[in-house]
Amino acid sequence: MRRTTKVLTALAGAVLLLGLASCGTDSGGDDDKASGTPGAEGFTPPDVPMADSLGDPEGQVSILAWPGYAEDGTTDAAYDWVTPFEEQTGCQADVKYFGTSDEAVQLMKTGEYDVVSASGDATLRLIAGGDVAPVNTDLLKNYADIEDFLKGQPFNSVDDQMYGVPHGWGANLLMYNTEKVSPAPTSWSAVFDDASQYAGKVTAYDSPIYIADAALYLMNTQPDLGIKDPYALDEDQLAAAVDLLKKQKDNVSEYWSDYLKTEQSFLSGDTEIGTTWQVIASLAASEGAPVEAFLPEEGSTGWSDTWMISAEAKHPNCGYAWMDYITSPEAQAAVAEYFGEAPANTKACDLTSDKTFCDTYHAQDADYAAQIHYWTTPIEQCLDGRTDVKCTDYGDWTTAWTEIKG
Amino acid sequence: MRLPGGLRVSLSVVTALVLVVIYVPLLLVLLNSFNTSRTFAWPPPDLTTHWWQQAWHSEGARDALWTSVKVACAATLVALVLGTLAAMALRRTRFFGRNVVSLLIILPIALPGIVTGIAFQNGFRTILGIQLSIWTIVIAHATFCIVTVFNNVQARFQRLGGNFEQASMDLGAGPFTTFRLITLPMLRSALLAGGLLSFGLSFDEIVVTTFTASAQDRTLPIWIFQNLFRPNQAPIVNCVAAALVLFSAIPIYLAQRLSGNNAEAMTGAR
Amino acid sequence: MSLLSRRPGLRVGLLLTPPMLWLGVAYLGALAALLITALWSQNDFTGNIERAWTLDNFRDLFQIPVYRTIAFRTIGIAVLVTLIDALLAFPIALFMAKVASPRWQRVLVIAVLMPLWASYLVKAYAWRGMLSTGGLVDSIASPFGLGTPGYGLVATTLTLAYLWLPYMILPIYAGLERLPDSLFEASADLGGTSATTLRRVVLPMVFPAFVAGSIFTFSLTMGDYIAVKIVGGTSQLLGNVVYDNQGAANNLPFACAVATVPIVVMLAYLAAVRRTGALDQL
Repeated sequence: MRRTTKVLTALAGAVLLLGLASCGTDSGGDDDKASGTPGAEGFTPPDVPMADSLGDPEGQVSILAWPGYAEDGTTDAAYDWVTPFEEQTGCQADVKYFGTSDEAVQLMKTGEYDVVSASGDATLRLIAGGDVAPVNTDLLKNYADIEDFLKGQPFNSVDDQMYGVPHGWGANLLMYNTEKVSPAPTSWSAVFDDASQYAGKVTAYDSPIYIADAALYLMNTQPDLGIKDPYALDEDQLAAAVDLLKKQKDNVSEYWSDYLKTEQSFLSGDTEIGTTWQVIASLAASEGAPVEAFLPEEGSTGWSDTWMISAEAKHPNCGYAWMDYITSPEAQAAVAEYFGEAPANTKACDLTSDKTFCDTYHAQDADYAAQIHYWTTPIEQCLDGRTDVKCTDYGDWTTAWTEIKG
Repeated sequence: MRLPGGLRVSLSVVTALVLVVIYVPLLLVLLNSFNTSRTFAWPPPDLTTHWWQQAWHSEGARDALWTSVKVACAATLVALVLGTLAAMALRRTRFFGRNVVSLLIILPIALPGIVTGIAFQNGFRTILGIQLSIWTIVIAHATFCIVTVFNNVQARFQRLGGNFEQASMDLGAGPFTTFRLITLPMLRSALLAGGLLSFGLSFDEIVVTTFTASAQDRTLPIWIFQNLFRPNQAPIVNCVAAALVLFSAIPIYLAQRLSGNNAEAMTGAR
Repeated sequence: MSLLSRRPGLRVGLLLTPPMLWLGVAYLGALAALLITALWSQNDFTGNIERAWTLDNFRDLFQIPVYRTIAFRTIGIAVLVTLIDALLAFPIALFMAKVASPRWQRVLVIAVLMPLWASYLVKAYAWRGMLSTGGLVDSIASPFGLGTPGYGLVATTLTLAYLWLPYMILPIYAGLERLPDSLFEASADLGGTSATTLRRVVLPMVFPAFVAGSIFTFSLTMGDYIAVKIVGGTSQLLGNVVYDNQGAANNLPFACAVATVPIVVMLAYLAAVRRTGALDQL
């Protein structure tokens, strides 16, 4: 009797499942061929309503941010721009950090966060998945001051409709322990072809998007492969990148996605060289680690981040308030200096404590900005414009990444 | 006692060694809670009580502790009820699905936590479409805590037999009265022991909790996980952990006393 | 009221309904949903689940070699951890059960149970510190010319064995306690040395308890992804594949497919050990 009941229950469960198909993840982008190249015809984002006016603040906002973007004093009491926001708007901010763009996309799908700072490899996925809403830039008073070369970009807008407000941009750097690594490296070869001298002390970013870093290196060292865009790799090019990364793995101590774990790793000496962000280098240096971070001669991958608002935001007014606040000159100066990136609102350049900050980071240099290979989601239609081959998409990269890690 | 002297000596030595191995990492945790270096440099450059003072004032730790206690209490309560019911049902009758029921009770704890966690998360969010909250955590915890209560109560039933209840019924008491006046007092210490174990299980659980907690709910393990690598918080985490170990002697001692030193009942599922 | 005593089946049924609704319907239902999700697919770009029936996930799981490697590696480590724990647990359990005085028994049980209350994360993190360059293990090993194994599979095995040790000690202790003392006397009377007694009398009788403990060490290792991330360096176990796919890689159907591997392994293991009577000793 009990066995039959269980069978029946399982069947009922299955029927319920199919019946509940209408709830939850019903996407307009069911046709994966259509959600293709950014900006290309055929990419129709799902219809998510845009706010046309702001009401009263709800008193709370849930922020999903890259570490260092929304400091509230708990990491270091000297860095806090969340508390002033809370005081100004009355919106209590609950900040959660994530380590990779994949985590961000997955967390946004839970619908529990109001705003997210999304890099280029997350923005279009969020838009296509119906997880974020178009942003009404008229409601943001700081939007006008954002650098023009960041507006209307393929990664943050569709058909001229902005889906977020630019936050800032920067490059991934190569960090090394100045006492253990000498002479000072100048190229990414230090972590690829020449990595064996640091065997067991190399670190790399734990995300499939890191394959682009290998592709960038190959772009410079093996031009016959014909790589033009590190995010547009056909099967052979991907295979070459995978081989390079498998060789690198023999020298890697740990892959990192938690920025503090890698900072500690440099401090304790378990890691001596590898890809990092400026904020990690600054934190490690402030704790006494002898480290130096720089941009190698081949250039680098990087990110251009956009604040987006959830399609299911429970606190949309506070969400807009945050987006406006974080793009104000004061907040932009604070974040940019702390994290080590170029601010999107260059009025912040007058407010940074280091007066040459914006020059060092080329904040107003559109040409320089164009040279960084920003994180973008690889798709089947080659991003470099090739039509004779099919490029590998992010699913292929994810499988490849698991294979690389073994 | 019965074992020859040579064997006894070698056993004592090995036992002492194993205990040392068990406690060295814990002592390191305790030491690091006094370590001035925020990243626990070894050997410790200097000692300080600064972190303990900060831990005492840490709101995050206190809130997380309180959340954990609430969740563990609720889960234990549910587990007590369901575990007792199941143990009573499986007591005498050898019915058709008996083994299946036993297996089903063990399953949540025999399957890896990540499987249980994903199954519950999928069930709550995708299928039922409900938001994650403290109650989803409680439901998930109760599911794998049932087995600890079940084992304890079952062991107690095996030891005591059914004579008292039969006698009570012979004397005219109905089943509910018998349960209230005879069975429950007999089970009391088993229930307490099982409840304490279940509390401990739920208190330290991290994997299933990660999947079934919403962004705002922070049980103590989640708080620890989030703060483990933060330079300003990691030493506080060590203080909290060290304090937990020291205080845990109390409920463990209680559990021992209540189960009357019977190893079987006391160890339950563990 | 007398209805219930006349119909024991009804009584059992009523008693069982709440737990069975909870476990049978809710839990089993959730597991079934997991299995069903494994048969769906996911849009790589948007990350939304497409309810199109496909066996692709399982096909990838079996055909792409890296997943086989990871699965076997995980099972291998689980076996190794179980063996290490069994070796360490037996002497201490024997001491607690047969040699220690009742007062010491109580103390030892508390001593073995207390570490369970120190957060699993903190213990794993303590091992990370111990195994780091220049850490405790390095300091102890350097007089012997050795060094720390660093972060990797060795570190993972050591840490996992350490974490699950109490779960192995307790069932074996319970099992040994049940053994009547007269067994040892009888064996000695019949001319057996202590080694023989242990090998031919005690071990076979305690075997179910070993198996009961091994269920935990096995299942906890099969699903672990946290300790590996803390001390595992670049290694990944099955738990990591499930966790990464469920979360970061946004491929829930594939994660569910991978999750069926530990389920199948554990179910097979449980079925195999049912005969040894270990399940009663859990």
